[in-house]
Amino acid sequence: MSRAYLSYNNIVSSLGFDSTSVVNQISDEVSGLVPVHNIEILDRPFYASILSQEALNAVFNDLPTLSSQTRLEKMMIVSLEKIIKTSGVELTNRVGLIISTTKGNIDTLDEDSKFPEKRAYLDALGLEIQEYFGFTQTPIIVSNACVSGVLALVVAKRMIAQGSFDHIFVVAGDMVTKFIISGFNSFQALSDEPCRPYCKTRSGINIGEVAASVLMTKDKNLLAEESVEIVGGSASNDANHISGPSRTGEGLFRSITSALKEANLSPKKIGYISAHGTATMYNDEMEAIAFNRAGLAEIPLNSLKGYFGHTLGASGLLETIIGMHSLHRNLLFASKGFQELGVSQPLNIIKKTTPKELHTFLKTASGFGGSNTAAVFRKI
Amino acid sequence: MKKIAYIAKYCHIKGNTVSLDQDILFKNTSGDLGDFMKSAYKHFAIEYPKFFKMDRLSKLTFLAAEVLLGHPDTSKEDWNLAVVLSNRASSLDTDRKYHESISDADNFYPSPSVFVYTLPNICIGEISIRHKLRSENSFFIFNAFNPGFLKDYSENLLHTDKADEVLCGWVDVDKNSYEAFLYLVSSTGKSVHTEQQLTKLYRTP
Repeated sequence: MSRAYLSYNNIVSSLGFDSTSVVNQISDEVSGLVPVHNIEILDRPFYASILSQEALNAVFNDLPTLSSQTRLEKMMIVSLEKIIKTSGVELTNRVGLIISTTKGNIDTLDEDSKFPEKRAYLDALGLEIQEYFGFTQTPIIVSNACVSGVLALVVAKRMIAQGSFDHIFVVAGDMVTKFIISGFNSFQALSDEPCRPYCKTRSGINIGEVAASVLMTKDKNLLAEESVEIVGGSASNDANHISGPSRTGEGLFRSITSALKEANLSPKKIGYISAHGTATMYNDEMEAIAFNRAGLAEIPLNSLKGYFGHTLGASGLLETIIGMHSLHRNLLFASKGFQELGVSQPLNIIKKTTPKELHTFLKTASGFGGSNTAAVFRKI
Repeated sequence: MKKIAYIAKYCHIKGNTVSLDQDILFKNTSGDLGDFMKSAYKHFAIEYPKFFKMDRLSKLTFLAAEVLLGHPDTSKEDWNLAVVLSNRASSLDTDRKYHESISDADNFYPSPSVFVYTLPNICIGEISIRHKLRSENSFFIFNAFNPGFLKDYSENLLHTDKADEVLCGWVDVDKNSYEAFLYLVSSTGKSVHTEQQLTKLYRTP
């Protein structure tokens, strides 16, 4: 069984186009959430983190062009291009590609889209990314609601452990679209203000868009200074409700317990938790129950949704990358937007960015369909 | 020493026919997919009103799982059966329906009960609720049935003790075409769990 290390990484977001710039902004508690007035998307203003099309095109237009790319493909290509180049990994048949997304090119369903509807198929998106870089292997596309990003990492770990690949590039992305905003709005889950995970006066979620990517490798000679090892991972279902979180946090509790067991770590050994924390009433309450059941109530915890909003299929990867940098810098990042605890069980929310010697962190996510995923990462 | 995995049984739903292993259990060629699934629901004497709230992908997955696993076994309190499903069209069947509901400003009617099905893994949630599976689960997208990947991934779950058995396969609904091929990977069975065998079973009958 090979060990699996997370190495070179990139974030393309409203807070910057590389991980270091983005993490610097988070370290300074700068949020990418802004008010959006766009009646094409929603009949009232809402908060979101939106990638500048001009900034994206400026970077993308410097790259070689093979065919006409959609907005999401551009985001993913810009993100992935940087780490493929930096890593120097040759794309042989020992190199895999995993893509995480919930809605992919869903905007190509719009009548005014200049792309045909066939681009809305996720395998078409996968083929575009594969062909752009010349990956020889069929991309593995993970589409498992809001846990997709962290689940993609767990899947990559398993593929490396069993010897299917030596290296896997994992890329994740989703966009802010009318489709998504109207959907969350129909659930009355959308907040009119910047979101405040775990807070007493939290009022729902914001949506954001990013692309993020990481190299996972078994090769210790290919590490970045912020590299971590993924030492455990699990994805368990609630078997309770397709859109409402479990009242007992069952699936999340089981995911965490299984991931810790695989990592051979007790809850006390976790340095901090990068939680999901969408700032909806039910989700945050469910997480508090699950973390308490798992013996993690005292572990410092943040949700990064106050910086980016919920970036859907990218959030798990985005937040894991920030976790890698958190460990490397020995810094606990503030859970932005939090004021006063508003869940029924104790949690140790990180109120301001604080230095702390860190060795491990737990990343969790939960989503529609009763899905939950947990993964444990350790400094090398 | 890795234990050998077997394909315990498999179910096809395609061409308005439901089969389990070699045997055709139900056939009804009149009507569309919706009519067919409703008649199959009746034929198999399933009593689960939530079925009628599901989208077509979830209904199809639900029926295939019901045929393969049987009606829920209440004695199996903590069945560690992982669920690993895949398809090509993701949830596009419902995505198109939801998209239509938000495309016209004068006829704007987004519904949470439609929106929730705009994710392919909701069908995993539905069968997890039905069969009380609080186990490993994931949904993958490929351009075609990918027996090599599914075999490696499900055997990894078995070999690392993440699961005792795996419900695995392909469930796709896209406009007028649909197909379900689900199989149970277990420690016993008639055929060894190999890529070649999966390809063969997928193509038959």
